[in-house]
Amino acid sequence: MNANHGDPGVVQLLGQELRIRDAMNRRVVTISSRTPMSELRPTLRAHRIAGIPVMDDGKLVGVISVEDMVNWITDGAVACPVAERMTRSPRALYADETLVHAINEFRKFGFFHFPVLDRDSGEVVGVVTREDVIQCLLKRLEIDYHEEGIRHYRASHIFEDIVADKSALLFHYYIIGQDFEKAGSSSSGLKKTLQRLGIHPDIVRRVAIATYEAEMNTVIYARTGELIAKVDTNQIRVEIEDFGPGIPDIAAALKPGFSTAPDWVRNLGFGAGMGLGNIQNCADEMNITSTVGKGIHLEITIAINKERVKYETKKDR
Amino acid sequence: MTVADVKAALDAEIIGAGDPETVVLRACACDLLSDVLRCVTREKAILLTNLTHLQTVRVAEMVDAAAVCYMRGKRPGDDVIRLAEEKGMVLLTTKMTSYEASGQLCRLGLSGCEHD
Repeated sequence: MNANHGDPGVVQLLGQELRIRDAMNRRVVTISSRTPMSELRPTLRAHRIAGIPVMDDGKLVGVISVEDMVNWITDGAVACPVAERMTRSPRALYADETLVHAINEFRKFGFFHFPVLDRDSGEVVGVVTREDVIQCLLKRLEIDYHEEGIRHYRASHIFEDIVADKSALLFHYYIIGQDFEKAGSSSSGLKKTLQRLGIHPDIVRRVAIATYEAEMNTVIYARTGELIAKVDTNQIRVEIEDFGPGIPDIAAALKPGFSTAPDWVRNLGFGAGMGLGNIQNCADEMNITSTVGKGIHLEITIAINKERVKYETKKDR
Repeated sequence: MTVADVKAALDAEIIGAGDPETVVLRACACDLLSDVLRCVTREKAILLTNLTHLQTVRVAEMVDAAAVCYMRGKRPGDDVIRLAEEKGMVLLTTKMTSYEASGQLCRLGLSGCEHD
């Protein structure tokens, strides 16, 4: 199974979603530019920080860091105010900017911390360090994935824990005809289940779209139906059987645009004669048979592990 | 771009408990749901539609979309809002038409979805 752990895309998206205000430290320690340099060290030490925003009359005028202090000592530690050794017109970030922006700024300037300003008032509302950004991302990942992650972990290891020459999971769903409220709930249930099994999102989406189209067809045309999904380590095979009028001419039904849908179905945004085509598009294999007056049997196969599928199906037959 | 950015651009309103910080990567303006399903990329898309029934949320769910925005001030029923909240799908409504809304989002640099 393709587990989705360690997907760099997740962190990238979180970095765009999360703002600097989510990561920053709101307890800002500042000093005045008139503070003597000799008093800087105890302040940095007391708060265990590597840099301090320098504020005069509520305005950010500079940043003074451990590096500035070391340089000052190297230069002979001549008594002077912070104003003479600080970095003027410092780089600052805005609280509403994304974490990705912060990460880029850290990389670009090689700084370890930035003062954070409120965009409207221009006031310093926090300080953000590289560590804050990492902590924030880790925390969010933990919250987002903790619960689902436990289920996901257990589920995706099912196949490893089973001792058998061959094993498969079977999921069975019932579909009720004409029930537009519940329509799609089987596909939704299967989708969630496949996600929890740790199957790759692209494959889950293809299965979801194919089964949803088939489920809608059943709801629209048939009295009842069943959806059975068989999942093994190589493929997902879905069978949808409905009890309804059936399709007299399957070749015609497969042609794009062919539809016998009534107006109420078309008004809902379906019935444009695309359903079977969409299913075919998502499936690696599709097989449809029908008996008029009885119903339709649709079989869809989507490979999880492309290289090994052929071998498996050959053995199956 | 986030839902909050879309909301501002379309002068829209979030319906129910949708999170304005939800990321939106692309948009799709479509009233034929079968067309929405015929897709290559719809992940984290916002679906602009004139339909308001339950299947708008179901279809959005199937294609991993992030949000659905209803046009011309239309509002879905409570059952739709409940399902959306359950699925973490953000719902919005705007007074704009699909044409106007698409134009606004295009101007902000939001791309469309890839077709097959």
